[in-house]
Amino acid sequence: MELALSPEDAAFRDEVRAFIAENYPQEMRVPNPETDLTKEQSLLWHRILYRKGWVAPLWPKEYGGPGWSITRRFIFEQETSRAGTLPPLAFSVTMVGPVIYTFGNDAQKQKFLPRILSGDDWWCQGYSEPGSGSDLATVRTKAVRDGDHYIVNGHKTWTTLAQHADWIFCLVRTDPGAKPQAGISFLLIDMKSPGVTVRPIVTIDGSHEVNDVFLEDVRVPVENLIGEENKGWTYAKFLLGNERTSMAGIGRSTRYLDRLKKIVKAEIAADDPARLDFSKEIGRIELDVLALEATELRVIAQMARGIDPGPAASLFKIRGTEIFQGITELTHRAIGNDGLALREQPLSANRFMPGPDYGHTASEKYLNSRKLSIYGGSNEIQRNIIAKAVLGL
Amino acid sequence: MDIQFTEEQELLRSSVQRMLRDQYSFEARRKSVSSEEGWSRKQWAAFAELGLLAAPFSEESGGLGGGPLSTMIIAQEFGRHLVVEPFMETVVLAGSLIEHAGTDEQKQAFIPDIVAGQKIWALAWTERGSRFDLADVATTARADGKDYILSGEKTAVIAAPWADSLIVSARTAGKRDDRSGISLFVVDARAANLDLRSFKTIDGRRAAEVTFREVRGELLGSEGEGVALLETCRDRAIGALCAEAVGAMAELNSATLEFSKTRKQFGVTIGSFQVLQHRMVDMFIAHQEALSLMQHLNLSLGASEAGISRLASGAKSKIGYAGKFIADQAVQLHGGMGMTDELNVGHYFKRISSINIQFGDPAHHLLRYVQLDAAA
Repeated sequence: MELALSPEDAAFRDEVRAFIAENYPQEMRVPNPETDLTKEQSLLWHRILYRKGWVAPLWPKEYGGPGWSITRRFIFEQETSRAGTLPPLAFSVTMVGPVIYTFGNDAQKQKFLPRILSGDDWWCQGYSEPGSGSDLATVRTKAVRDGDHYIVNGHKTWTTLAQHADWIFCLVRTDPGAKPQAGISFLLIDMKSPGVTVRPIVTIDGSHEVNDVFLEDVRVPVENLIGEENKGWTYAKFLLGNERTSMAGIGRSTRYLDRLKKIVKAEIAADDPARLDFSKEIGRIELDVLALEATELRVIAQMARGIDPGPAASLFKIRGTEIFQGITELTHRAIGNDGLALREQPLSANRFMPGPDYGHTASEKYLNSRKLSIYGGSNEIQRNIIAKAVLGL
Repeated sequence: MDIQFTEEQELLRSSVQRMLRDQYSFEARRKSVSSEEGWSRKQWAAFAELGLLAAPFSEESGGLGGGPLSTMIIAQEFGRHLVVEPFMETVVLAGSLIEHAGTDEQKQAFIPDIVAGQKIWALAWTERGSRFDLADVATTARADGKDYILSGEKTAVIAAPWADSLIVSARTAGKRDDRSGISLFVVDARAANLDLRSFKTIDGRRAAEVTFREVRGELLGSEGEGVALLETCRDRAIGALCAEAVGAMAELNSATLEFSKTRKQFGVTIGSFQVLQHRMVDMFIAHQEALSLMQHLNLSLGASEAGISRLASGAKSKIGYAGKFIADQAVQLHGGMGMTDELNVGHYFKRISSINIQFGDPAHHLLRYVQLDAAA
């Protein structure tokens, strides 16, 4: 499905498509880019987009954004995700960047924004804690003022790729006496500070993507506070809004569906009754994707006319994650007995995996995608948001 | 409908429970799984000593005569503890094939070593592209004196890296897909010209692809009757796999319930949210239905009732879907913790995923269940 594009926008789409085809690094095309690439490899495409001026479509022009319309941003998102490119560092560009240019002071903007764009700084997110997952307002990590520093103590968890990070943006409690949402501040912490420890969390797919981050008497300069003390909740909510808009994942789902169809064709004989069963399941998911894509296009069209989409992001998150989980599940099923195998971590070229290449990451994708309905605000929480904000319940 | 267990069966259950509680903690299991070999020979010896490896065999064969119900009792407890040792492959698959199809000489040669915990077996029936079809066999066997010579390749042979002997299906007549012309053979797993390419399974066990290049095998059962033997074997395997799944489901449900009563978000336990209460009620119902159907299947297996194969497929499908639902929701309700390798919940999820592949996924067995009805 395509937006009805003006000739200029159609030309832009062709330009983006050609740029990806010519410039996307071959060495990033590994079976599972999210976990198989080194830090340097993960940054290659980010840096190519940076040099082109396309690394931060969301950002206003004055801070280094390309100054695209909503339609062009959408076209870019669609083309890059259809082509299966690894997005630029999301926690840097999509999350902390907009918080800094929206709520930060000039010194912070000058210090951090250029290094976010260039990829010189890798950011991770210090939101979740062992006791506060979906209920973020209960963060317990404390920041106590000591002269021109804060002393920070606490334990952040599920921190994606903290092992690579140079900086972490944290929600910290600065007023223990206030109501939960009122006493929170938004603090930027250098990962090299004494007292910061990163401990890997291995997940059920065997990969190391997330971490615990321990903060023990970490001294953070007061100049690293974003906005006002105790106003962090406002900035955090702003950021979460950005996180959820990109979760429909139409491009990715379309790509994985195409792959799934090829796998089913290769694995299951045309006269096997299972073939029809798979076709039916795939057809249902295709229609789910089509309906979600149409919804996304409708929302984009509304936004282009200046209409606030409200909590549409929650709808995209729920359906986008459910769809992708369904695809990974069917793919795992399609490879039959080979689905018993799981790649060993750390990865090594010498280890044997049974069956054709297309099935080698099916098990870990299936297992890994269980997280989608949990993170970024669980799907239960997203349903609560729609119940309250849309249905008025 | 609940099974009234005999005193002996109750004793078996409580002794398995006690042993696993004392010796098979999640941490002990983790140690075995991450060891070089990937399982514990010491634990296997303890199973033998307790009589678990003898339980289902008939007394004439040197067993305890417990039949499918003893297998069910053991497998259910093994499912609760995520046991990785090859009880299924050695006792349920190979053991029962030898007992049902073997000559007296073969039974005497093989069963005592199984019962004593001396030998490990694995069953090699799947091939590249065969999916879940027992009759889709390209591996060949040709007579050579009183033995046969096997050539071909088998895939996804669970426990093959640990096995001393394999039972292999191979074609002695006919073409690929023919139901007849398939025979079973006993092959020495360390034979020359037999190559193993090992890999780890999602549920922490070991499996291999096995290549046979002119490997000597000994016929098990009548020539050409392999598929019928494998079908009966699969029915028994499904009885045991369903019992394991039900054991794992019970653990997931109790862990999730416990977690929901202690985990607080928004100032209250998450178990106080109605949406999660209803979810857990559905998980409870799914387990109850699975438990009932699993017992019904194993009772029918014990009585060798007619139509057992259709019932086995029905149970494999229904219990497979129930297990998947429970496993999905157990991870979901545990949130991020459910995603970690550290917590046992994800490992139960993976065990259930593995069970759902072995001998056919729930959709495959649903279709088979329907087709067998149409054929009747």
